[in-house]
Amino acid sequence: MSALLELEDVEARYGPVHVLHGISLAVAEGTIVTVLGPNGAGKTTTLRAVSGTVRRSGRIVFAGKPLGRTGPAGAARLGIAHVPEGRGTFSELTVWENLRLGAYTRRGSIKSDAERVLTYFPALADRRRQQAGTLSGGEQQMLALARAFMQRPKLLLLDEPSLGLAPILVAEIFRIVRELNEKEGLSVLVVEQNAHLALQVAQSGYVLEAGKIVLSGTSAELQADDAIRASYLGY
Amino acid sequence: MARLKAANPGQLVTFALIVGGAIFLLVGSLDSTNFAKFTVEGVAQGMVYGSLALALVLIYQATHVINFAQGELAMLTTFIAYQLTQWGLSYWEAFPATVAIAFLIGMVLQVTVIRPVQHRSVIATVIVTVGLFTLIDGIVNWKWGESGFLTLPSAFGFGSWDVGGVLIFRFYVGTVVVVLASLVVVWVLFRFTKLGLAMRAAALRPASASLAGVRVDAMLAIGWGLAAALGAVAGLMNEASPFSSLDPTFMQSVLVFAFAAAALGGLESPVGAVVGGLAIGVLQTLLIGYVPQISTELQIPFSFALILIVLVVKPTGLFGSRQVVRV
Amino acid sequence: MRNRLPAPTSCAVLAVVLAVLPFLLSDYNTFLVGQVGIFFIAILGLNILTGYTGQISIGHGAFMAIGGYTAAIMSRDHHTTLIVSMLMAFAVAFVAGLLVGLPALRLSGAYLALATFALAISIPQLPKQWTNFLGGTLGVQSSSKPTHLLGFGFPAATALSNRWLYGLAWATAAVLFVGAWAILRGRVGRAFRAVRDSEIASVASGVEVGVYKTLGFGISAAYCGVAGALLVFAQFGAASQGQFTVVLSLELLIGAAVAGLGSLWGILAGAAFVGLLPKISSSVPVVGNEHGRDVIYGALVILVMLVLPGGFAGLLARLRSLIRA
Repeated sequence: MSALLELEDVEARYGPVHVLHGISLAVAEGTIVTVLGPNGAGKTTTLRAVSGTVRRSGRIVFAGKPLGRTGPAGAARLGIAHVPEGRGTFSELTVWENLRLGAYTRRGSIKSDAERVLTYFPALADRRRQQAGTLSGGEQQMLALARAFMQRPKLLLLDEPSLGLAPILVAEIFRIVRELNEKEGLSVLVVEQNAHLALQVAQSGYVLEAGKIVLSGTSAELQADDAIRASYLGY
Repeated sequence: MARLKAANPGQLVTFALIVGGAIFLLVGSLDSTNFAKFTVEGVAQGMVYGSLALALVLIYQATHVINFAQGELAMLTTFIAYQLTQWGLSYWEAFPATVAIAFLIGMVLQVTVIRPVQHRSVIATVIVTVGLFTLIDGIVNWKWGESGFLTLPSAFGFGSWDVGGVLIFRFYVGTVVVVLASLVVVWVLFRFTKLGLAMRAAALRPASASLAGVRVDAMLAIGWGLAAALGAVAGLMNEASPFSSLDPTFMQSVLVFAFAAAALGGLESPVGAVVGGLAIGVLQTLLIGYVPQISTELQIPFSFALILIVLVVKPTGLFGSRQVVRV
Repeated sequence: MRNRLPAPTSCAVLAVVLAVLPFLLSDYNTFLVGQVGIFFIAILGLNILTGYTGQISIGHGAFMAIGGYTAAIMSRDHHTTLIVSMLMAFAVAFVAGLLVGLPALRLSGAYLALATFALAISIPQLPKQWTNFLGGTLGVQSSSKPTHLLGFGFPAATALSNRWLYGLAWATAAVLFVGAWAILRGRVGRAFRAVRDSEIASVASGVEVGVYKTLGFGISAAYCGVAGALLVFAQFGAASQGQFTVVLSLELLIGAAVAGLGSLWGILAGAAFVGLLPKISSSVPVVGNEHGRDVIYGALVILVMLVLPGGFAGLLARLRSLIRA
């Protein structure tokens, strides 16, 4: 399978502070790839570099096209959906309006498609008219995911989906991600602190520390690695 | 009904005030023809204030900037309308043309002058609008200031109807209808169209909107265009009265009242802007009518005293929600 | 006014230049530079409020009006000397600032801006209602015969020459500048900055935010009050509404923005911008009339904001870092 997303020697900075010091990774089409690492390693920045939310240099190729200076709106139109840390839900808008917004880059009617999307998120189906800000944390995460999927993206960038959620909800979220991957062929790059869950869902992964990739491999390889087990898996 | 149950005390008080006010006006109008006359006049004037206040709120909601030049822009476009009629267009041909031109001017201003400063600081952007205020004022005076007494051709004619002893001028009704129509158009745009949704998203959370593919900068430019268009309507309707003449200071007091209306209603609330405008318009005419000691010069400070009182009690305006400070 | 005073040499140079200038310039130009001194004081005050406590005001012209009218009334009714009139203007404006600052605690951002804007419009209208005390549209005229307590041979406001005004304005400016520096480098200044940078952290650290925010209003108002008094002196001691329109408040804001945050030179630049530019641009031959002047002034304000977002102080900081590099 060809690589849908390729990063080559990518650096990123916030003003004078360099966060990524030349990382290279790839996401093969139709796979789930995870990026693990401690706080402050630059995981969120990696996703932001792909979606163009942060200043970056180096080579990023998506679906065969180099991304150059494309910003977030452009990345969305190319087929990259980024669910940021904190979800980025429009609290003042309704659930339905959030979903409509997700489909902004698409033309034509989205009604039937929305129905299809909602089959993956039954909890949201009855709450269309509800103000998004009044949803629970777990429901907002699902809404963020649903909104991203309304875009019909080729690649989903998922930032710490487990943050602030109870374990049972987290399991549900990851189950949905896996379903979308298997049934819809959605490629996913997911950043997670919960290495255990992430490695169960992903096919391969990278470990990021202080802005550099220190380890990579298939999930099985990573799960078997002693250093990983000690630092991230706790056994 | 569910919404009412969920309302907080502040919202209930506002609701009660509005309903109470409406009843008061209705009863008063039925009781006295003078009162009715003042009310109708106040409503028409209030629509003008509300239109300009809405323009202010649109820009504020999206950028947290108070556009000090909104009134002068409206004045400029009204003079442009005048020029168009001088060049042969009829009033109702010039009207849509002016609104379209206003839209374009608004967009151009946003892109050239506002965009470079807007991400730096709100204060710098506000100062730019103050500069624009002076600049546009100078331009209008330069071009048309020495021309003497100018008037626009009448929009609605001078006719009037007698409704139960109350003289209702056609232009009152015309003003209300036109402004209402433009407000409906704006409402439909925001609530039902994709573009409107994108604009709301860009105003609420530019970063998230960007990730969804919305070009936030373009949305802001359109917002400015829309605000300028609303201002054009306000300016034209202010001049729809056959008693008014076109002089280069006419929008300054309207701007001040529009500020008052926007603050009264809450700067984040489009509904509040319109209701605030109506409230001020009606209060103003009633006061002038019944309390002659309050001269025209005192209207402005009086309405502002009102605003100050409201703001102290409800710091985000009648329709504003309590601001949550994120720690 | 960062923690150090500007370098003593630059201060000395500035003092010398200012001392010599009236003897080099024409009478009218001396008057103009005197006006710059008045704006300097007012913008210095506004800077304390916006730059140091982070609150915004588009209404400080109202405090100038309060100060100006106080000075004139003191002179008219009690025949006070210039100095006493100015002190009274300072005190009354200070109290007025405190009174405004208290309810202002509940407002923030644009609402505070609008509320102060409302002040700027309303206060100058008061004389029209209170004609007996405040003189109506004719204004209040200072007495031409002050008593000589603390007089030291100062002429009455009605007899001030442009040079006297210049000297009085800039001397007052110097005194008030040092005063501001003293306030801001001490505990009060630190509290101000804490409030500006993070109210929540300030509260958590035990800083009484309300006290300091109100104090900020008071001090800035007092400074504007003195400036207002000087403005009245410049008009032969006559205080009238026409001097204190909304435009004045807007000009103060523009001056503060052009100045940037708190450097002596920045505030000078801001004061010069607002004090001199409108007069100069009307003499540009291309657009000779008053409206042309507005066009140029407006365009320049926009240009300055576009090019110098940090105001003049930001430009200076950039230059300094360039020189060091």
